[in-house]
Amino acid sequence: MGCKTSVLKADPQTIYDKIWSCHLVGTRSDGLDLLYIDRHLLHEVTSPQAFEGLKLAQRQPWRRASNLATVDHAIPTTDRSNGVSGIQDSIAREQVITLDQNCREFQIEYFDLLDARQGIVHVVGPEQGATLPGMTIVCGDSHTSTHGAFGALAHGIGTSEVEHVLATQCLVQQKSKNFMIEISGDLGPGVYAKDLILALIRLIGTAGATGHTIEYTGKAIYDLSIEGRMTVCNMSIEGGARAGLIGIDDKLIEYLEARPFAPKGTLWNEAVDYWFTLNTDDAACYDQHRVLDVSQLSPQVSWGTNPEMVVDIDATIPAPTDFSDANNAEIAERSLSYMGLTPGMAVNEIQLDKVFIGSCTNSRIEDLREASKVVKGRKVASHLKGAYIVPGSGLVKRQAEQEGLDEVFKNAGFEWREPGCSMCLAMNDDRLYPGERCASTSNRNFEGRQGHQGRTHLVSPATAAASAIRGTLTDVRELL
Amino acid sequence: MVSTAFPVFTHHSGIVVPLDRANVDTDQIIPKQFLKSIKRTGFGENLFDSWRYLDEGTIGKSNRLVNREFVLNDPKFKEASILLARRNFGCGSSREHAVWAILQHGIRCVLAPSYADIFYNNSFNNGLLPIVLEESLIDRLFIEAMQPSPMTLEVDLAQQTISSSGGITATFDIDSTRKHRLMTGMDNIALTLEHQALIEEFEITHRLRMPWLFSD
Repeated sequence: MGCKTSVLKADPQTIYDKIWSCHLVGTRSDGLDLLYIDRHLLHEVTSPQAFEGLKLAQRQPWRRASNLATVDHAIPTTDRSNGVSGIQDSIAREQVITLDQNCREFQIEYFDLLDARQGIVHVVGPEQGATLPGMTIVCGDSHTSTHGAFGALAHGIGTSEVEHVLATQCLVQQKSKNFMIEISGDLGPGVYAKDLILALIRLIGTAGATGHTIEYTGKAIYDLSIEGRMTVCNMSIEGGARAGLIGIDDKLIEYLEARPFAPKGTLWNEAVDYWFTLNTDDAACYDQHRVLDVSQLSPQVSWGTNPEMVVDIDATIPAPTDFSDANNAEIAERSLSYMGLTPGMAVNEIQLDKVFIGSCTNSRIEDLREASKVVKGRKVASHLKGAYIVPGSGLVKRQAEQEGLDEVFKNAGFEWREPGCSMCLAMNDDRLYPGERCASTSNRNFEGRQGHQGRTHLVSPATAAASAIRGTLTDVRELL
Repeated sequence: MVSTAFPVFTHHSGIVVPLDRANVDTDQIIPKQFLKSIKRTGFGENLFDSWRYLDEGTIGKSNRLVNREFVLNDPKFKEASILLARRNFGCGSSREHAVWAILQHGIRCVLAPSYADIFYNNSFNNGLLPIVLEESLIDRLFIEAMQPSPMTLEVDLAQQTISSSGGITATFDIDSTRKHRLMTGMDNIALTLEHQALIEEFEITHRLRMPWLFSD
């Protein structure tokens, strides 16, 4: 119904407008819109209370086949030969068992701990083709924005909304504004999608896109691999946007074809034709527009305790007085103190304790390939207390092993782990201890994120790899 | 008749605790180790855990080392039920546990210049009122709240007004449907299921238009 109305409209539309109107079920009696949800991804941490609510109200999932579940957040990344019973942390184990039981009881497709397809939910969905263009996708995780790389409208939701989507197949939603972010220029050697998105958040700030859906466009975006586009969309939430998306092109179609959940045969052709109609119309209007030229961009590193606190790898640590207003100066001062940094220090002389390559931002095969190119034939600095590679899924791990990447990493002194969220949020034993400093390919450098009193520097996989070799934050261009 | 999902919010009066930090993220509101719980309750004592305590918290840990410097531990704010905050409050992770922790600590209302979207949304699904006020007004409230005697604030959701013990009064904007939701505490799912036929009708059309989305 929403779609027909919008098709009649002469106004040019953005891809977001189109997906929105094609999923608008109607308006509730209280005036709020109901948006139909095509794909619901679930994991162990934000779903138990939702399933419990469903049971208490004696409700059933509206459409079981739209749901796909896996375990990722709280599970260990060490040996899994004993399955769930091998999880040492009894509270985490109970959470995993709860998801096992809920998926069985409600007949939801589930990649459990021992399934080869298990992994980080935002790696698994795309690699299975469970993420398709034009879909509405939700998950009880803020990094659901990742799936926007497929021209899908995807955003993170809270647990009450997880229950609501399970019960009604709809999300109660207000339409957001359109924000076009155009990335121009060519990325130089040693500079990647991660550097691009860190530079963008540095530009717009952590609340820069609040209330908006971002559409990333421009040559530099379409030049990225699909993995690179996922890295960009993944961190939309770090700029305040609940969703960030990219239009449909041939590269995307090629990536999706023949994936297990993707349509086949004539249905595939029909779908592809439809997907191309979703791209933003010429002359569509945006509420905001920003341009970032990345042709001169250096590798980026976060120095503070939120993801807008970012500098070039070849720069120095800023001083509170570098910030325009008193509020920001105070925030900077607090961050410097937490991070144990002094203004004026050269970024590339900062010594590290640990290096983490993984997370829903950077744990895909391309990330591991880029990191391995830097690592090959070299050794991890002897003073490091740990250097971890945590593949995003069992299939990424297998692919990497087939390419011999695991040997490259292990020979250099990295630990080669089982898939999961791991040290991105340190719900398991992979963590920093008080005062430890880490170069991490994850998405958040908040206080304590990687462990109580831990210090995080967000970087690309290549920068993380180079930093592991030197033992300090390192300009990867020196090692290429 | 729709059942009540949470205690309704109409009018509230209480002591205001000022948390003078911008960009407070949900990792600070409730750290990750407490998210392993499969319950909806028990988060209040670990609200702002890394700031409230000097030792590292775990689920159920007692005899904590209290950080006396942290504002929530100031005896005069012990009974506080309103949180005064800075811009971009609740950014980061979507964890609804953050809202549960705030409510279970006894906070019914937050005042800030802006909120992150997911946190803002989660608040209304649990009966927490997040009031948005101009930064200049928030500044004035901070000055009053940090005086030696604590500030009490009256919040009237029906009238959309606040008034402080020190004489600051203001009106605030709130979306009428969200306001209604807090004032009635209606079960959101039941409300949507009133439109069950509409969803079913949509689904039939959607299936015809995009058959590749339906494997069932």
